Amino acid sequence: MPDEASGQDRTTRRLWPALALPGTFWLIALFVVPFYAVMAVAFSGRINIFNEPIPAWNPLNWEFTTFTTAVTDSFTPSGVYHEVWVRTAIYLFWALVICVAIGYPVAYYAARMAGKQRGLVLALILAPWWINYITRMLAWVNLLQDDGYVNKALGLFGIPAHSWLSGSSFTVVWALAYGYVPFFIIPLFASLDRIDGRLLEASRDLGVGSVRTFLQVTLPLSRMGLITALVITALPMAGDYYTNTIVSGSPNTNMVGNQIELFLLEGPQKNIGASLVLVLSLVLMFFMFYYLILTQRASREATR
Amino acid sequence: MTVTERASVGKTAVPTRRRVLPWRNPWRRPYMLATITWIYILWSLVPVLVAVQFSFNDGRSRSTWQGFSHQWYCCSEGSVFEDPSMFASLRNSLILGIATVIVATPLGVALAMGLTRWRSRASTVANGIALVPLVTPEIVVGSALYLVVVNLYQFVPLGRPAMLLGHVTFTVSYVLVIVRSRLLSIGGEYEEAARDLGANSLQAIRTILLPLLMPAVFASAMIVFATSLDDFVVSQFLFGSAENATVPILLYNAVRASPTPALNALASILLAGTFLALVLAYLGLRVRRRGGDESALETLADWG
Repeated sequence: MPDEASGQDRTTRRLWPALALPGTFWLIALFVVPFYAVMAVAFSGRINIFNEPIPAWNPLNWEFTTFTTAVTDSFTPSGVYHEVWVRTAIYLFWALVICVAIGYPVAYYAARMAGKQRGLVLALILAPWWINYITRMLAWVNLLQDDGYVNKALGLFGIPAHSWLSGSSFTVVWALAYGYVPFFIIPLFASLDRIDGRLLEASRDLGVGSVRTFLQVTLPLSRMGLITALVITALPMAGDYYTNTIVSGSPNTNMVGNQIELFLLEGPQKNIGASLVLVLSLVLMFFMFYYLILTQRASREATR
Repeated sequence: MTVTERASVGKTAVPTRRRVLPWRNPWRRPYMLATITWIYILWSLVPVLVAVQFSFNDGRSRSTWQGFSHQWYCCSEGSVFEDPSMFASLRNSLILGIATVIVATPLGVALAMGLTRWRSRASTVANGIALVPLVTPEIVVGSALYLVVVNLYQFVPLGRPAMLLGHVTFTVSYVLVIVRSRLLSIGGEYEEAARDLGANSLQAIRTILLPLLMPAVFASAMIVFATSLDDFVVSQFLFGSAENATVPILLYNAVRASPTPALNALASILLAGTFLALVLAYLGLRVRRRGGDESALETLADWG
């Protein structure tokens, strides 16, 4: 019996790695290697007859001139891309402020207060998650046309029609917030939902008012969820270019994503585009690692 | 169970409760939060419903309602099914979605089984690689895949093959997460029992584990399909030329170029496709959770 069991164990031990192998191989070939390709193009020192960079696959041939130029152009005030980076940061900041202002109350209500309507509220909050992003932007383009419903509604109050879709930062920030707030609400919902209701009841039974209960019990307990939600929202938002193109289309509202798309898909200077991808990745890497640490800690607590 | 339920019980059972000022009463109904939540839900969904409404407009306008008609869906000039590029984009999206499901689901299921049951340092690393795509901004994934396909995997042409590789890469992680959570909740006992009764490991997987996993496998296949249909960024970096455009790419390129309600009709068809896939996934997860105390919706929410 022990012999048989260990024989079984041996085949089993080989079986699980064998099952994991194709997927792992796929992810290495199509996720890890492509990232290396970005570096090979960004650090390329030679160009072909079309002025396109020839990727430097051998790290010994890497040249960092394009990359360092991209970094200095991004982070010194006189640099070409400095304005775009600053604009990206400002848009992100305000869009995230809107996300918190709208998303926190909604997540809180759905998780703790919705009572019998909880299922319905949750389904409706999840719905935009699955509506195609471009469709949601298209919907707003319809509404914000010069003769669209928004201007008609404002006209009822005597407010003159406004041209929303021609390079307005206001429209871009609200479009970003509209686009990403569902992705903000759900992780926050999950975290608020996990709070033990008895803690809040205890606080209220002890005569603490709603506001103080919120500030001293709920908010600290949901801090992790809030940070995770911010990171999950900020990561894709930082690389967004399509929202901008759809609701503004003006270079005056360009973000880093627009710059990357321009260099990679519309021109020969793919090494500059790749360098900007690397700079963006490095900036976001901090958030990614923070996020991964958070999820690991959370899953460790959940399994404990 | 929840705070509000307790409050209403308290109100009916003990009518003589001492009066408190409404804003000092911690058990009062959260009217403010409810209002904010319902306004948010309207804000997030009504624009899309208006866009769907205009797909049935009996005229060329996308901002003025001119009566009901299905002319933009079928059988009149310029409708989705008569416009060659729109019809082609629907076909492209459908073929790509089905192909992605066929490749990503088995790959992800095997990966989930392997990584969950195989405990070693290598599996921890593989697990990390498999989760990173979930937190990487799409623009980074898209540009990395574009650069690797153009420069290194030159045997993969831009267009459908490259898009398939891209879609599988970012959907495998979804399959992994869904199937693994099911695997963890099943536990290892059933397989052990099967093996104690004389089944070898492969038989245990085929006769015990796979049937138990079926609802989760089906749900993740549907979610892969919906995600592939909805993807814009990765497709846009890899689609190559116009005849390979998927529905989101076509929507993106046409939205600012004075389009007709046919574009809304195309977006509505995409919406219907995604929702059909999700309803099926939801039913799959419901089967999976039968008898459990957690609803399928909350499982959906917990992925965030």
